[in-house]
Amino acid sequence: MAHAPSGTNYLNATKGWKSWLFTLDHKRIGIMYLLSVCIAFGLGGIFALLLRLELLHPGQMLFTAKQYNQLFTLHGAVMVFLFIIPSIPASLGNFILPIQLGAKDVAFPRLNLASLYIYIFGASFCLYSIFSGAVDTGWTFYTPYSTATDTSVISMTLGAFILGFSSILTGLNFIVTIHKLRPKGMTWFRMPLFLWAMYATSVIQVLATPVLAITLLLLILEKTIHVGIFNPALGGDPVLFQHFFWFYSHPAVYIMILPAMGIMSELVTTFCKKNIFGYKYVAFSSIAIAIISFLVWGHHLFVSGQSEYASMLFSLLTFLVAIPSAIKVFNWLVTMYKGSISFEAPFLYFLSFMFLFSIGGFTGIFLGTLSIDVHLHDTYFVVAHFHYVMMGGTVIAFLGGLHYWWPKMFGKMYSEFWARISCLLIFIGFNAVFFTQFILGAKGMPRRYYNYLDQFQPLHAFSTYGTWVLGTGFLIMAVYLIHSLRKGAPAPDNPWGGLTLEWKTTSPPPVENFLVTPEITHDPYDYERAGL
Amino acid sequence: MENKAESLMGHGSFWLPRSASTVSDNTDLLYNVIMWGSTLLFIAIIAVGIYFVIKYRRTSANMKAEKHVIHNTTLELSWTIIPLILVMIIFVWGYKDYLKLSIPPADSMVINVTGKKWFWQFNYPKEGKNMLNEVVVPQGRPVKLVMTSEDVIHSFYVPNFRVKKDVVPNRYSIVWFEAKDTGVFQVFCTEYCGDGHSGMMATLRVLSQSDYDKWLVESELSEDIPLDQLGKKLFETKACVTCHSVDGSAKVGPTWKGLFGHHVDLANGQSVEADENYLRESMVAPNAKVVKGFAPVMPTYAGLLKDKEIAALIEYIKTLK
Repeated sequence: MAHAPSGTNYLNATKGWKSWLFTLDHKRIGIMYLLSVCIAFGLGGIFALLLRLELLHPGQMLFTAKQYNQLFTLHGAVMVFLFIIPSIPASLGNFILPIQLGAKDVAFPRLNLASLYIYIFGASFCLYSIFSGAVDTGWTFYTPYSTATDTSVISMTLGAFILGFSSILTGLNFIVTIHKLRPKGMTWFRMPLFLWAMYATSVIQVLATPVLAITLLLLILEKTIHVGIFNPALGGDPVLFQHFFWFYSHPAVYIMILPAMGIMSELVTTFCKKNIFGYKYVAFSSIAIAIISFLVWGHHLFVSGQSEYASMLFSLLTFLVAIPSAIKVFNWLVTMYKGSISFEAPFLYFLSFMFLFSIGGFTGIFLGTLSIDVHLHDTYFVVAHFHYVMMGGTVIAFLGGLHYWWPKMFGKMYSEFWARISCLLIFIGFNAVFFTQFILGAKGMPRRYYNYLDQFQPLHAFSTYGTWVLGTGFLIMAVYLIHSLRKGAPAPDNPWGGLTLEWKTTSPPPVENFLVTPEITHDPYDYERAGL
Repeated sequence: MENKAESLMGHGSFWLPRSASTVSDNTDLLYNVIMWGSTLLFIAIIAVGIYFVIKYRRTSANMKAEKHVIHNTTLELSWTIIPLILVMIIFVWGYKDYLKLSIPPADSMVINVTGKKWFWQFNYPKEGKNMLNEVVVPQGRPVKLVMTSEDVIHSFYVPNFRVKKDVVPNRYSIVWFEAKDTGVFQVFCTEYCGDGHSGMMATLRVLSQSDYDKWLVESELSEDIPLDQLGKKLFETKACVTCHSVDGSAKVGPTWKGLFGHHVDLANGQSVEADENYLRESMVAPNAKVVKGFAPVMPTYAGLLKDKEIAALIEYIKTLK
């Protein structure tokens, strides 16, 4: 590759739609994933705007109860299965992981492309279900409601089932890549922390996703050939479904947040020009989270009638899983100490994450506490909590990573001014929407309510106004990012002064990532040694 | 939606509705401990963050990191162990309170509860009372609700009492409380159960023991009022209002306005006149003739309505022209 003509990169090396659809380049696959998850995010966001609009006043505004129920189900299912699970790993992870590792590609490029096609195939089932009688069960598909409803549960769950395979294949690919494709000198403890986070994520993807697949398959079997598993009318146990479902879906929460934590470690080091504080603590807390996350699912069932003894153990384990997350937050915080901090858009997302994720974490303590959860369970408090973690955490980190690696991915800079404005609007809008919902929930407002008591109206209205600010922030972002692709200034190879390997290659990178195979002799964030 | 129950927003603290059961004060104390503890720690984290961000911002004098402190075992251990101790205290505290919430006193009075799409049915096994969407209990006596569902999972939630429990088909679940004060409190269904989920509410009336005893011997409804007015009352108390309107708008079910004496198109393509027999059948066997455009989701009211009450509802429908 040393003889590649200058100006040739992965974007312009080959041309035509076939060169994209049949590409084996992890970077192109990452870009196609990025486009897919962004479309899914836009769709899920529109559903959210519509359902908040319906909640502006009690009683009917735009939709019937059934349509509202279908909307919140679609919002949840699209955001969880089509957007947030693949968001960071499959798009940014696919693009960055091999480069940060110093590899030419992932271990199984064909499998990587297959996972994208499986994703598209599964996504089409989910989207088809919108037109074939949209599901109204909530994204959790709780039985026996899901076995009784006449909406298209089968096509939605089949979609989620298929999407699971895409997730498993991506995870498998990353695990093997990290084990096998590290170049000379790249020891485990010289890996950037994003890779540790991706590794922990992949382990959960490979081990937990099959359980969801089996659960959804059992649900489909029950609906089609009436085998009694979950439906009490057929001799099944509806609470069994909840155990099965959360056995996957709670670890899945960490599939969503761990990659976000990885991005945080990258952002704080680069924008403080400082080595990470407590590298091993941050790295091993990812692994600790991955392990303990398998043992906390029962905290979703504190009021389901499960035994008090089981609830006690699940509450204990839930508190334990909070500790590694807290360790990470403290280490990021102290990394800033005596650094040289610069405030470009990606770092603003880092700060935003620290604020929002901390609130998400602290409110998790309320919900992990048994007696408090009895009051807060299935209220807006829970809705607010998981949006603070999933949106305030994962989505904010995803945006931070997107802005951080955008110049690398496309070779173009975006407008820093508009990026800051949009980040600020998203931060303000988000808090307006969801902090309000903590109060609503603690006051007793149940979730998934189409209609509500008049006394809750002012807070509901405030929350809805917040979505308009939030939506404006995202709209501005879409405009300046698309504009940067067409008219953005060319990006330097290392616009932020990063030390990890992706900043040692060109922007955008050449087809096999490096013109000269990199040699790794020290820490990923050793600014002291680099003299920067 | 308006309701007769005490306002949740209007009473109580900034965060919580008024505490009205013997266990709810425990819950509130722990809630406040966690809330203030979290707030202080959160402010500390943010304050340190803001201090660092201002102090170590990149300036021409601070173009590179001043010093690379990258490890400190004491610090790492302290921010692992101190939070661990704090959350373990909260864990044990929460578990002890949870046990109190979970184990009803032996001398509790029992009320059977059935959740159904989309109403709550209360049955007093000893006193022989049957009620829909309204339950009356004496103040200062532990009450144990033995609950089951006839269809999907529901969840019984009284915010003022800080109690909640899922109501599951094919099994009994138990929730108990002892009301501190008299008053009217809100009951919600908190497990998503379909189109009428947000309308599946009940009111819980707490009476002093003497008022409760009086209530027990009173007849369920005054027999003296005219039938159509009785029907109007039943429209609300028997939860018809959750799914049917009287103003012409379609809810989960068809409206009652202008129904009597008119032709109704059925889902099977036939058409039928809405006379007394049709209305009666629609209450006791609702899925026999399903109206076009609506799902067959109504539960049967056979056994829940007396003959006189059915007649009263029919008279009420006749007045809705």
